[in-house]
Amino acid sequence: MDLNDTPEQSAFRREVRAFLAAQLPPALSHKVQHRLRLGKEDTVLWQRILHQRGWGAPGWPKAFGGTGWSAIEQHIFEEEAADAGAPRQLDFGLRMVAPVIMAFGNKAQQERFLPRILSGEDWWCQGYSEPGAGSDLASLRTRAERKGQHYVVNGQKAWTTLGQHADWIFCLVRTSTEGRPQEGISFLLIDMKSKGITVRPTIMLDGEHEVNETYFDDVEVPVENLVGEENRGWTYAKFLLGHERTGLANVGQWKRLLKRLETVARRETASNGRPLIEDARFRDKVAQVKVELLALEVTLLRVLSAEAKDAKKGLGPVASVLKIKGTEIGQAIFELTMQASGHDALAYLPEALEPGYSGPRVGGEHAAAAAGDYFNMRKLSIFGGSNEIQRNIISQMLLGL
Amino acid sequence: MDFSYTEEQQALQDSLRRFLAKEYDFEKRRQISRSAAGYSKEHWRTLAEMGVLGLGIPEAHGGMNGSPVDTMLVMESFGRALVLEPYLPTVVLCGGLVRDAGTEAQQAALLPAIAMGELLMAFAHYEQGSRYALEHVATTAKREGNGYVLNGAKSLVLSGLQAGKLLVSARTAGGARDRAGVSLFLVDREAPGVSAQGYVTQDGGRAAEVKLADVRVGADALLGLEGGALPVIERAVDLAIAALCAEAVGAMDALLETTREYLKTRKQFGTPIGRFQVLQHRMADMLIAIEQARSMAMVAAVKVQSEDAAERRRMVSSAKALVGQSARYVGQQAVQLHGGMGVTDELAAAHLFKRLTVINATFGDADHHLAQVSDSLLVA
Repeated sequence: MDLNDTPEQSAFRREVRAFLAAQLPPALSHKVQHRLRLGKEDTVLWQRILHQRGWGAPGWPKAFGGTGWSAIEQHIFEEEAADAGAPRQLDFGLRMVAPVIMAFGNKAQQERFLPRILSGEDWWCQGYSEPGAGSDLASLRTRAERKGQHYVVNGQKAWTTLGQHADWIFCLVRTSTEGRPQEGISFLLIDMKSKGITVRPTIMLDGEHEVNETYFDDVEVPVENLVGEENRGWTYAKFLLGHERTGLANVGQWKRLLKRLETVARRETASNGRPLIEDARFRDKVAQVKVELLALEVTLLRVLSAEAKDAKKGLGPVASVLKIKGTEIGQAIFELTMQASGHDALAYLPEALEPGYSGPRVGGEHAAAAAGDYFNMRKLSIFGGSNEIQRNIISQMLLGL
Repeated sequence: MDFSYTEEQQALQDSLRRFLAKEYDFEKRRQISRSAAGYSKEHWRTLAEMGVLGLGIPEAHGGMNGSPVDTMLVMESFGRALVLEPYLPTVVLCGGLVRDAGTEAQQAALLPAIAMGELLMAFAHYEQGSRYALEHVATTAKREGNGYVLNGAKSLVLSGLQAGKLLVSARTAGGARDRAGVSLFLVDREAPGVSAQGYVTQDGGRAAEVKLADVRVGADALLGLEGGALPVIERAVDLAIAALCAEAVGAMDALLETTREYLKTRKQFGTPIGRFQVLQHRMADMLIAIEQARSMAMVAAVKVQSEDAAERRRMVSSAKALVGQSARYVGQQAVQLHGGMGVTDELAAAHLFKRLTVINATFGDADHHLAQVSDSLLVA
């Protein structure tokens, strides 16, 4: 047992660091470090830079143009990229639909869609949840009826994150009402420019436009956009969720944001005029998160190492452990950052989240994003399968209750 | 990064688990706990034969030259079975101290005897009023002629009555809370002036209050440098904490398993109570707490070997804090989920809970160690 990098891993880490130092645009990392608003162009720019280096898809096998990195190497890359202030790559294409297309899509689909995800040309969004189908996803009602060489799709998807930028959406649709609800679901890839699609913003509690409602009104989808077999979509969807939850552990990002919290606590002044970090009541809370994050990192590495030994087994239900703990830790960091800012966090100054802002400020630069982040990040324990659903999965799949 | 165990480590763990499954069920353990000695001499011999007692001892002295990771595997197995044999005081603490600070002659005299199961030792360090402060030593050792005279009282000395030899910390210089001036002495348990009042601890183990009244020892009784023992003691205690973290993980694993069985068999409202979501979610949270604790037990076992003392202490404290919190949560909830049966003496659950409670308060509880981590943020 050894928790340190092997010589190979340590050489790899140096290579990643050198690349980040040379290629990550300072203006971009400035935005990330200071939690300014990121636009589509920021994510796409970073994806292109990575793609040029051959690192566009850290999690993909080489056969599809990925890096072929081991799970541990992917973790090292993510950790270093997060530490340097690189933006997160867009999960929907890279980590969500791509693994499904690789595992269950046909060759034509793989050749058509994967290269454009890799290069950043296509922006994908997810069409899973509906107004009436959240945790009970299998009750979804958006229907797709086969008519000749098309499916005709009607219905409504909710929480389409960054769907306002999207070129494509991967959707779970109902193709049959026979049998159990899970048995009549199919996995469709739909062009967002199709006639009959309407995207309407849902404004989040921090005032930001991040998610949307997506309406489908007699949208014609060519049958070749069906992934795998008709009515087998539920299996593919479950496969995808396992991939998503590893990412939700988000250890690299939390490590950087915890460092930032420590910096904020050194800069902020407590009511007694001393640095806030000297207040044991506050400092203990930071220490608590630090200890839990260290534990989560090792838990993640244990899981990834086990996965590397038996790749076919996949991550399985232990991903739920990572999702719950990762999101709880993330939320704690954002809450403490807001608390550290004191009442300076109360001013709502969304303009201050744009680079070059020169208007009024209340408190330090970190204070501008503190409350918005806190409010927004309540989503962490809700999306990707709420933490309560994750507990159901743990108790059923890991504990056999 | 590598989380795998060597073949030797796996073989050791397998044989230990087989032995414990066969010889250490709940009833047998209860009999051992109620015996006068509080441990089984037969089991102790078996552990010696298996090489477990010599695990951390250099090969030159009859041991296996194992690492804290080996100790982790042993302690995890011990935790599952609630083993009472005094492995922690004799092997981990005193064996570690003699190995790390003893002279060649001291090592040759003591280590083979420990490895062969012929000698029990106890670490007489804490005193009433010291709480978890390792530097708090009021017991004195005054030079007299060629040797020293020891006076003072030691508290909660694990196996203090059973041990043949004690390692006693005493002040050769400085005030009661100074870091400098603490020395370690080898003292025969039966030496004139040594008296021990033994008692049972909350978990069924054994400890003693040890008094030292004009105890005379020779110069060769000094272990390590005069006045410079504190760093050695801190490292030995860190090794013990790493071992306790692993033991707690084993105990929590056993507790989750027995609670799971209970939830699947106990019926109320016409259905196994494990069908109720409120209990399922509690169990999920217990599982998460255990996985996090397991990770930190590994951190402790690896980082306790760090050359950088500050890093070593911060990591060991991080582990003890989180393991202590997890132990409290898992222990309390397991009792709760057992309902009335959980608060009886009849089920393993209550005994695992008590052991976990004792582990939390041994060598610093979760709050104490979280404060160490917290204060380290001030220096960063």
